[in-house]
Amino acid sequence: MTYEPLAYEFDVAHMIDAMVLMFGFQLLYQRRMQSVLRSFALQAVALAAAAAWQAHVQRAPHLYATAAIALVFKGMIVPFALNWLVVKLGIHRNVETALGIGPSMIVGVALVALSILLVLPVTGKATALTRESLALAMSVILLGMLMMITRHNAVTQVVGFMALENGLILAAVGAKGMPLVVEISIAFSVLVAMILFGIFFFQIRERFDSLDLRYLEYYRGDRQ
Amino acid sequence: MSAIVWQLLHALLMVGLAPLVTGIVRLAKSRLQGRRGPSPLQPYRDLYRLLQKEAIVADSASWLFRVAPYLIFTATWTGAAIVPAFTSDMTLVPAADLIALVAMLGVARFFTALAGMDVGTAFGGIGSSREMMIASLAEPAMLMMTFSLSLLAGTTAPAGIGAFVLKGGIHLDVSAGLALLSLLMVAIAENGRIPVDNPSTHLELTMVHEAMVLEYSGRHLALIEAAGMVRLLLYMTLIASIFAPWGIAQPDEPAVFAVTGLLLFLVKVVLMAVALAVFETSIAKMRVFRVADFLGGALLLALLATIFIYVSEAV
Repeated sequence: MTYEPLAYEFDVAHMIDAMVLMFGFQLLYQRRMQSVLRSFALQAVALAAAAAWQAHVQRAPHLYATAAIALVFKGMIVPFALNWLVVKLGIHRNVETALGIGPSMIVGVALVALSILLVLPVTGKATALTRESLALAMSVILLGMLMMITRHNAVTQVVGFMALENGLILAAVGAKGMPLVVEISIAFSVLVAMILFGIFFFQIRERFDSLDLRYLEYYRGDRQ
Repeated sequence: MSAIVWQLLHALLMVGLAPLVTGIVRLAKSRLQGRRGPSPLQPYRDLYRLLQKEAIVADSASWLFRVAPYLIFTATWTGAAIVPAFTSDMTLVPAADLIALVAMLGVARFFTALAGMDVGTAFGGIGSSREMMIASLAEPAMLMMTFSLSLLAGTTAPAGIGAFVLKGGIHLDVSAGLALLSLLMVAIAENGRIPVDNPSTHLELTMVHEAMVLEYSGRHLALIEAAGMVRLLLYMTLIASIFAPWGIAQPDEPAVFAVTGLLLFLVKVVLMAVALAVFETSIAKMRVFRVADFLGGALLLALLATIFIYVSEAV
């Protein structure tokens, strides 16, 4: 027995997904490290709301666990830990960009258009809800990648990575839900990844006196 | 026949109410900042005082300088007259759409900028150049928002879009939400509110609108100030008529509905005035060169709104 969502449930799900995407854009717009982390926390909270709403709409209680994981791990623990790191390393000032704020926003919109163009032909038979949330989730993923490409600093690259992962979760809850085991293992691997990143931050800074990854490129011989 | 009466009443209401709305915003801001603040009727007294005073015009000013205040006020007032506030049964409503509204406001801005440069002082020039920079980004955003709404509703007239929303045409929709966000950002920029411009500053480095009208005095200044107040109310009415049109009497409804519509309109405007004050108090003014990012964001949001229409339409 499948449950058919009502029209307004469509709309609310759609709205929350769009909010996640908006916070993705806010990540690109921010110029200060701590604002970036705050936007990231808000994105995770919006993601938790999206998962909880999908749990309600699809009558799938295990998605509430997904929502709780997103809220606690990505909405609280990861941003607080990164914030602590940023303050500890004394890099809470400006975000250094490889591409300016304006151009990266424009590229972001182009990526959203691209993901819509990609998703529409592939999902011809799916319901409008699935298709739209898939398009939105794909945009969030691409924005995360864009964030990783256009920011020099290691911390912002990690935030981009986590935002990308938010997009994956968003895609997963929009489709008929993925098993909870997968969910939990992803959440923990993200947490472990964050700890590893933290260690790497200290290592990188010890070696190069900076978290700017351009120095790594010089070191590898990528740049002269 | 009744359409003409409503039209006249609406036009008078727009001018009569505008200073009160500005007064409410100022009072709410003062209270939020821990000051007692002036009475909400203070803008009326200010305008009256300015009207009593002699208008002083610089020696180097041309005829344009004298004509500009009247043109600015008339263009803004005409713009305000075509946006339905409490009834859409008005003479000008079928003739007017959002594009015409943008043009009216564009005319007003054009003459403000010309008048700013006319006397030849440095401040007027800097104000005009900044105003044009803001306008060159705000107008495309506003037009883009208009296009996405008209794709949804099938019309560019605010009354038509409002009627479409009332009929349940637009429910909670991502495109409409993005368009609203974009319109709010444009409204903040166009009215020179924080974080784009500070309406109560006379600090040289930051002022935009105040710099252009620095040379004006007396009745000219009163007209320009009044035009600014009408513009604020115009944007509030526009937002209410498109995104919260509940209570606006439609042409086929009895005239009593216009009275309840008027009461609801007053409630909506007061709510928006308080919301504006809260927003302005909770945010810091940004540097002039960040305004480009802010309005670029508004433009991109409007663009996204248009893109998302195609996702939901292409079933």
